[in-house]
Amino acid sequence: MTTIDLASDARPNAGRPDAPGPNLGLGLEHRSRGRAVRNQLARIVMWTAFAIAMVPLAWILWSVISKGGAMLLDSHWWTNSQRGITNRVVGGGAVHAIQGTLMQGLVTAVIAVPIGVMTAIYLVEYGRGRLATAVSFMVDILTGIPSIVAALFIYALWVTTFGFQRVAFAVVLALVLLMIPVVVRSTEEMLKLVPNELREGAFALGVPRWKTVVRVVLPTAFSGIITGVLLGLARVMGETAPLLILGPYTKNIATNLFGGLMPTLPTMINQDRTEVLQPAVDRVWGAAATLILLILILNLAGRLIAHFGRPKT
Amino acid sequence: MAKRIDVKNLNAYYGTFRAVEDVTMTIEPRSVTALIGPSGCGKSTFIRTLNRMHEVIPGARVEGSVHLDDADIYAANVDPVGVRRTVGMVFQRPNPFPTMSIADNVVAGLRLNGLKNKTVLAEAVEASLRAANLWNEVKDRLNKPGAGLSGGQQQRLCIARAIAVEPQVLLMDEPCSALDPISTLAIEDLITELKSRYTIVIVTHNMQQAARVSDRTGFFNLVETGQPGRLIEMDDTHKIFSNPSIRATEDYISGRFG
Repeated sequence: MTTIDLASDARPNAGRPDAPGPNLGLGLEHRSRGRAVRNQLARIVMWTAFAIAMVPLAWILWSVISKGGAMLLDSHWWTNSQRGITNRVVGGGAVHAIQGTLMQGLVTAVIAVPIGVMTAIYLVEYGRGRLATAVSFMVDILTGIPSIVAALFIYALWVTTFGFQRVAFAVVLALVLLMIPVVVRSTEEMLKLVPNELREGAFALGVPRWKTVVRVVLPTAFSGIITGVLLGLARVMGETAPLLILGPYTKNIATNLFGGLMPTLPTMINQDRTEVLQPAVDRVWGAAATLILLILILNLAGRLIAHFGRPKT
Repeated sequence: MAKRIDVKNLNAYYGTFRAVEDVTMTIEPRSVTALIGPSGCGKSTFIRTLNRMHEVIPGARVEGSVHLDDADIYAANVDPVGVRRTVGMVFQRPNPFPTMSIADNVVAGLRLNGLKNKTVLAEAVEASLRAANLWNEVKDRLNKPGAGLSGGQQQRLCIARAIAVEPQVLLMDEPCSALDPISTLAIEDLITELKSRYTIVIVTHNMQQAARVSDRTGFFNLVETGQPGRLIEMDDTHKIFSNPSIRATEDYISGRFG
């Protein structure tokens, strides 16, 4: 640190051609050196934290893509199942698992989205008093349920109590339990963002409350709700615990939600993860890369819809 | 058909807090009535009781009676949704529906109440926009979003939207407080024109505005914060601004307080 000579002009710009005018005695001309140092320090801390946060993400992406990316370039990967393929043999594809993951995700969304969105509408637009508080509290609890507990609950209900087989629909039910709170919370946030003036504007025109919700509030919040739904879907598609308990793996293509086994990408990964033979190891990484790719596409789709669907000004 | 409004012994509450105390007034059809007074004196709350908008706030309720001609809008068998079709309202901040075009905004009230005939809707768009002095500015971009207009245009769009449902009464809650002087002038001219067809009640903080546009003026005041607001004096506008009967009114309009 240099000592400051109080006799000379200590302004940082002193002597420069673009230096500001003479000292007017306003106390504005001294830059605070301490503040500049603190500013720099905070900037370094911030960037370091950002870099640290990025390390695991980059690392995961790198190892998955470098080890499994090549599998995705083979057209067989997208067209064939693993039927008749053993661990020693190269070949086969993941279409059975991709199809299972997409199908279970879709059915989960079809069940969970209406329930979640309507619950959110109740909480934001109608809910007053004890019932609303209770519902909101329940959603909070549901948010905190570990996925394996949701899976065990469905197992206890579906298999132990009702005596049904472990089928894909049981997996879907467990995923619905996990998706509903995500949809409720994200939709709730989006509905709260709709300015109250719009609701009052519609009421003042003699529009009933339900129609105000359907024709004014929901369209205004639409893109945000879709984004929330797709993010929730991406979350449950990568969920594994319910699949391990309720949806064992098979190498064959399966389309029946109510009978037989349905393979998915997470169970495909789990199936061969202890293998040492290279063809099987490659397929594990390939399935992992495929799952990441699917979820990435869903996220991008969510962002695109949010971008093009938002109210134009 | 404009209607007369008769308010008798009206009290408005938020939960247990009484915001407006014992207001009795008569508002003549085809006239402009201005309500002035300091912030928090209950004039906005009062105007919202005239179309039953007050009660959409949780815990809010009203005592007393409001008659439109001979019909009590607070009678037990009256649907508040129907009241709001008869008594339109324009708010402080312009609030066009962001997902709708200019044309759809104008006829939002008609469409959301089930009118589907495209010819009728198109006629209503033009008639309402003309009545709101906005037609010439937007006729070439009726399908553009309403939120893309300037603040003053948005407010006139909201007035067009309010008169498209053909109400009997038009309530305006500080309609110019978010607008610049030019847009304010446009709205004031519009109010003067609309007076021939509607009963207009306007809440304003701007006393010059009240003096310019209104036929009658009501002065609201409150003793102190936390006390309910009351109607202190109501009279012809020129009398209120030249020779009010009550000292508090004179103090307020001459700028000695408030």
